[in-house]
Order: sequence, then structure tokens, then C-alpha cells
Amino acid sequence: MNEQLIEKITKMVVEKLQSKNLKIVDLPKENEQMAVTLFQETAGENRIPEEKVIPTPLGDVKFFKTTVEEKKPNNILLRTPTKEDKNDDTLAELRKKTPARIAVGRAGSRPKTSTWLQFRFDHAAAVDAVYGEVPQEILNRLGFFQVHSRVMDKEEYIRRPDLGRRLCDESKKIVKDKCKHSPTVQIVASNGLSAKAIEENLEDVFLSLVQSLKNLSIDIGTTFYVDKGRVALMDEIGEILQPEVVIILIGERPGLVSAESLSAYICYKPRIGTIEADRMVVSNIHKGGIPPVEAGAYLGTLIQKILKYEASGVSLVKKEG
Amino acid sequence: MNLHTILGGIRYTFADLKEVMAKANEEKSGDRLAGVAAETVQERIAAKVVLSEILLSDIRNNPLIPIEEDEVSQIIEGDINEIIYGEMKNWSVAELREYILRNDVGDRELKRISRGLTSEMIAAVTKLMSNLDLVHAANKVVILSTCNITIGQKGTIASRLQPNHPTDNVDGMIASLKDGLSYGIGDAVIGINPVDDSVESVKRLLHATKDFIHEWEIPTQNCVLAHVTTQMKAIRQGAPADMIFQSIAGTEKANRSFGITAELIAEARELALKQGTGSGPQVMYFETGQGSELSAEAHHGIDQLTLESRNYGFARHFDPFIVNTVVGFIGPEYLYNSKQVIRAGLEDHFMGKMHGIPMGVDICYTNHIKADQNDIEDLGVLLSAAGVNFIIAAPMGDDVMLNYQSMSFHDVATLLQTFGKTPAPEYLKWLEKIGIYENGRLSPRAGDPAIFSR
Repeated sequence: MNEQLIEKITKMVVEKLQSKNLKIVDLPKENEQMAVTLFQETAGENRIPEEKVIPTPLGDVKFFKTTVEEKKPNNILLRTPTKEDKNDDTLAELRKKTPARIAVGRAGSRPKTSTWLQFRFDHAAAVDAVYGEVPQEILNRLGFFQVHSRVMDKEEYIRRPDLGRRLCDESKKIVKDKCKHSPTVQIVASNGLSAKAIEENLEDVFLSLVQSLKNLSIDIGTTFYVDKGRVALMDEIGEILQPEVVIILIGERPGLVSAESLSAYICYKPRIGTIEADRMVVSNIHKGGIPPVEAGAYLGTLIQKILKYEASGVSLVKKEG
Repeated sequence: MNLHTILGGIRYTFADLKEVMAKANEEKSGDRLAGVAAETVQERIAAKVVLSEILLSDIRNNPLIPIEEDEVSQIIEGDINEIIYGEMKNWSVAELREYILRNDVGDRELKRISRGLTSEMIAAVTKLMSNLDLVHAANKVVILSTCNITIGQKGTIASRLQPNHPTDNVDGMIASLKDGLSYGIGDAVIGINPVDDSVESVKRLLHATKDFIHEWEIPTQNCVLAHVTTQMKAIRQGAPADMIFQSIAGTEKANRSFGITAELIAEARELALKQGTGSGPQVMYFETGQGSELSAEAHHGIDQLTLESRNYGFARHFDPFIVNTVVGFIGPEYLYNSKQVIRAGLEDHFMGKMHGIPMGVDICYTNHIKADQNDIEDLGVLLSAAGVNFIIAAPMGDDVMLNYQSMSFHDVATLLQTFGKTPAPEYLKWLEKIGIYENGRLSPRAGDPAIFSR
């Protein structure tokens, strides 16, 4: 099947599920049995209350949750109706605490049919979410210029991580010409394996990070965006611009719970040959994980610490003692 | 050492052992990425032919990385029993394969030759073996290991319960833990990958798992899979850890990129033995995976299977309780599709067993690789037939923190039932006491995490 067709069908299915699910979200609170099926919503409730009203973007797993298997009480478990109710409440409480697929019941030792198909659909959505383009308007709004790694296309990006770790010759020149040299902190963004992650989180993370760095009186270089980059791209950027710290905001490989998770990799004086253990990562930045605004603020203080100790990663742990 | 052959009228010549070893591998995208793979399918077979005639002494006398340059080489070399090696040194790799497969060669004989084999010899024979060879031979070897309980008995498959949570939330982790226990998962270890690698976070998770284990008197082990240095700090500050975990690699340089050295691992083991809560004697947990050395640009031009084998040579030096390859996690640039992942899973498991280590597998895949759950279910069946020591499992196979898919709680229970196997004996007894298992299989109550809410 061609990719566009798959995308179109996926979109239609998701829209349908989305409209269904939004109704369920509006159900009165006491309808616990229904509400718990949206465990993703309730799990995130404490952190980000607005999640309940904001329509979630295409590709987010929480709209894919069906209610079929949970509507039925788990009749294999306990016999009397009162106990059954109590058990349902207990399971509901457990489900609220994690986005993991727990308390899903079983058919013999196998998953139930709806649970299995749900899982397969979520995987299908994640596969379809790999790659993708970041809308130009976001980059325009943030004032980022765009450069490219040495990778030509998606297939090459997958097979040749080494090419994703280097800028193409023209991009190197652009970076050299357009960027402030030797800044304290150099911020870079890249789609990595999920453009969706950039689309959904970059603005919030970036703006709060900049605010946080400004509050701490830390000097920031000229931020730019790299298409199809890898984490270790920061080494070459370190060579070209000679910053104290590089932070790269990059789309993570899509998961089933979220295809829009962003990671921030940070390193003190990354240069060609920097070892992986000297990089630090804050991962799972998305509204169901670490909320982007909080992440930005946290990253600012983390950079302050790195500058203080003049080290990152394992070297930082050693210096901290 | 002969490095050429004529096949189908074409003469194939290889420059050195390194090239023969690399080109004799089954197709792997990581070997292509490294530029060491065979150019054609026929060249691959030619390399296998040449390799089959090379003597074990040739392999030992032509080190791929000299001991002067690499501590992993040093460790592997230092752990060889000279008498046992001497008995085999004139065997060709083909003869080694046929010895391993002989019907009168079983667990005892394979464990004996294991002590005379270097990791490179084990890698070499693996390259000559078919998938069924790997399943059949690995199944001969029974490796028991003991921390708080003993696992690895014939007729059992243990499992690691992996209750990860995207923000290390303790209640969320416990919810997944209860779910997994209700399917009889968790005898190998209750092991959490933390999002936050800080000492505080690791301590919190160690205490939470240990408290739960105490409350329910669960015969198992806990572990939080942070960097070894973080775990050591947590233990020194009094956190209860039954084992210490670390990801390892097959070269000193790659290990350094992980922030470790042999000295550090030895120090960690000493600490676990002195201040850890595990009974032992095995108190270490290692994870590996083909391709990590290349990923760290520390592969010395060696193929990924041979480097993976060197992981096990490094691991066995530290007498681990469990070792597993995270076979489908690294991504399609190293293992392109399900065929390559399945092959690698069987290779890694066999090589681990041939090193005499308690070998498990995280049977898994990511969302950018050409594989799905059906493929890893296949590998689960194959590894169960191969007598894998333990398997990793997450709720419905969906790890909500690491964003990849592994085996589900259901999958492990199903493999056990299909193969007529059980969890480790001490764990099975506990499962029967709690009412999760009956007559060696899931009871009607199983699968209900509310069992653990009182």
C-alpha cells in the first residue's frame, strides 16, 4: 500500500476515535468505569489539567484507547457483585497511575482481542509517525534558519547514522557565517526520528529555556534547526562555533504511548571524539511525560550546573563527588 | 593459516582473519555500515569455507585486538584454561562445530570446552552454525545462577519484570509491578530503567521495590538500571540493591564511552558483595547488544558478532547473575529487519551459553525497524526451544519509558505453558502460595493485579 493512502486511512480512523473519545472525556466524574479507560488522561491529570480540554494531535495514543474490554467486569476474578465492584475500583485506581497497558485481562494466557488490536493499531500509528517534516512556520516564528546533515533521504538516515552526525559542506559554511561565535550556550534543534516531537514541543521548551538562561544571565548563541540530524552532530557544531555548552533538542524514536516525545542532549564542550558518557539527556519531554515548559526551565538550571563544574555526564558525576 | 578458497570457479582471497570473520557473518546492516560485510552472498559462503578450516590455535595466535591495546582482550586471554585449550588447539572451527553438535556431547562437555575457548573462537563457530544448530546446541547447556534465588534450571524460563514509568513515578511503577506479578513474571529480577539517572531517584526506586518485595515475601531480586556509578553511590548511601547493573561492550574503548572500565566493574562487584542486599554469590547484571561498539565508533574494524562475543568474555570474568542481549533495541542501522534480529538473538544466546554465563534475551524491536510483535513472538518461541535462561517482559510488551516493544506478561506465560515449562522453582512455590499459579500454570485468579492491593 502506498504511504499516502495509509496516512489518509490512519487519519480517518484517528478522527473517528477522537470524536468518540472526546465525548467520553465529558462524562461525569462518577462514571468511574468509563473514565478509567482513558487512563492516559487521568494519569496526566495532576501535572497538566488542561489536557482534558485540549484536543490531542493526530498520532497521540490516548485517543486510540477503546473502551470495549474494560466495560465488562472482570468476571474471571471474583464472584460476589460487591467484591467485583471493589475489584473494578482497585483496577481503575491502578490504571490511573501509569500509561502502561496494565489490567487488560486475558483470554487463556493471551491478550483479549480488543487489547491486541489496540496494540497493533498503536504500533501502526507509531510506524507511520516515523520521520515527517517540521512545518516551516514554526521555524519562522522562532526565527531559526535551517541547515542539513549529510543525509539525503529517510532510508539513508536510517542506515547511515554517521552521515546524520555531520553537517553537509554548505550547511557548515552557513552555520559559520550566520552564528555568533564562542557563545556560552549553543542551542540546536533537529527532527531526528520524530518531526511531530519538534512540532508539539519545541516552541515551549525553547522559549522557557531561553527565559531560564536569561534569568541566570547565561549568554546564548544563534539557534538554528538541522534537518535529519543525530545527537552527535553537536560535536561538529562544537568544533565550528566553540561554545561552552551545546544543547540539542531532538525528536525521539516514536513509541506507542507517544510519537511526539522530545529529548534534550547536553554536553560540555563537545568536540569531534567526545565520548557518549559525557553527554547528558533529559528525555520524555511531551505533555504526557515531562511537560515542555517545565523541561525548559529545568534545562536552564542544569546548564548552569554544567557551567559551574565545567563538565557534563559521567565527568560531572565524578566532579560533584 | 590459509586465507583463500576456490568456489564455483572463482578464487576468493581474504587479507586476514579479521576479514574472514567479518565476511563469514550472516547479513547484518551494521556490518555494512562498518564496511566489513561480504560483497556478495557467494563471498559470504567462501568466507565461511575458509573459516571452517582455520585452527583454533590460528585464532588465538592472531588476536583481532592485541592484549597490549585492550583490557577486554586481556581479560579474555587471562581467563583461558591452558590444559583445556591445549586439548582443542589443533581443531578446525568445523571440528569445533561438529563436536558441539555430537549426540554424546552435552552440558558437562560443553562447559568444559567453554573454559578453553576464547570469545573469538566462540564467535567463529557461531558463524558456521545454522539457526537450528544454534537452538539445538544452546539447549544442551544448563547454567544455574544464584542471587536471592536460583534460576536457570532445565524446564524453567525466568523473567525480568520491567515496570518502567515515564517519570519514575513510584506508584505508577508499582501498578505495573503488580500487573506483572499477577502473571507470574519477575523471578529473574524486578528491574527498572530510570528516566532520571540521579542518586535520589535510584534510591527511591530501590527502596520502593525492596519494600514491596518484603511486604509480599517475594523470592526475587531488585535492581535499578542506572549507570554503575550512580548505583554505587546509592548503595553507599544505604539503598537496598540486590545486584548492580551495567551495559557493557566488547572493546575497552567502547566501554570507556559507556563510562566504565574493568576496574570500575570489579569495584562495583566488591561493593555489591559487601554492601548489597543480595545473598549471592552472583550479584552482577549486564546488558549487551550487537552494534554498540560501532555506535561508539570503537569497533576496531571488527564485525559486530565477534565484538558481541567479546562482551560475554568480559561478562563472565565478573561472575554475573544474569546477562541479556537487548537484541532489537539498537535500530535498523545495525539489525535491519526481523530476519536479522532473529538471527542475532539466536547467536547472542548461543554465544552467551558457550561462555558459561546465565544468558537471557530482551526480545524486542523499535518502531523504526522493519519488524512487529509477530516477529518477536517467533523469536520468543525459538529461544524457549533453545532453553533461554530468562526473558524480559513489560505490560502488553509496550515499554512506556524506553519507547520500544518487548515481550508481554501474556507472552511469557504463554511460552511457559506452550513448552510445558515453569518459572524458577522457588518462585513457582511462591506463586502457588499467593494463588497465581495452580498445577504449574496460571490459575483463574492470575492476571488480576488487585491481588496485591489490600
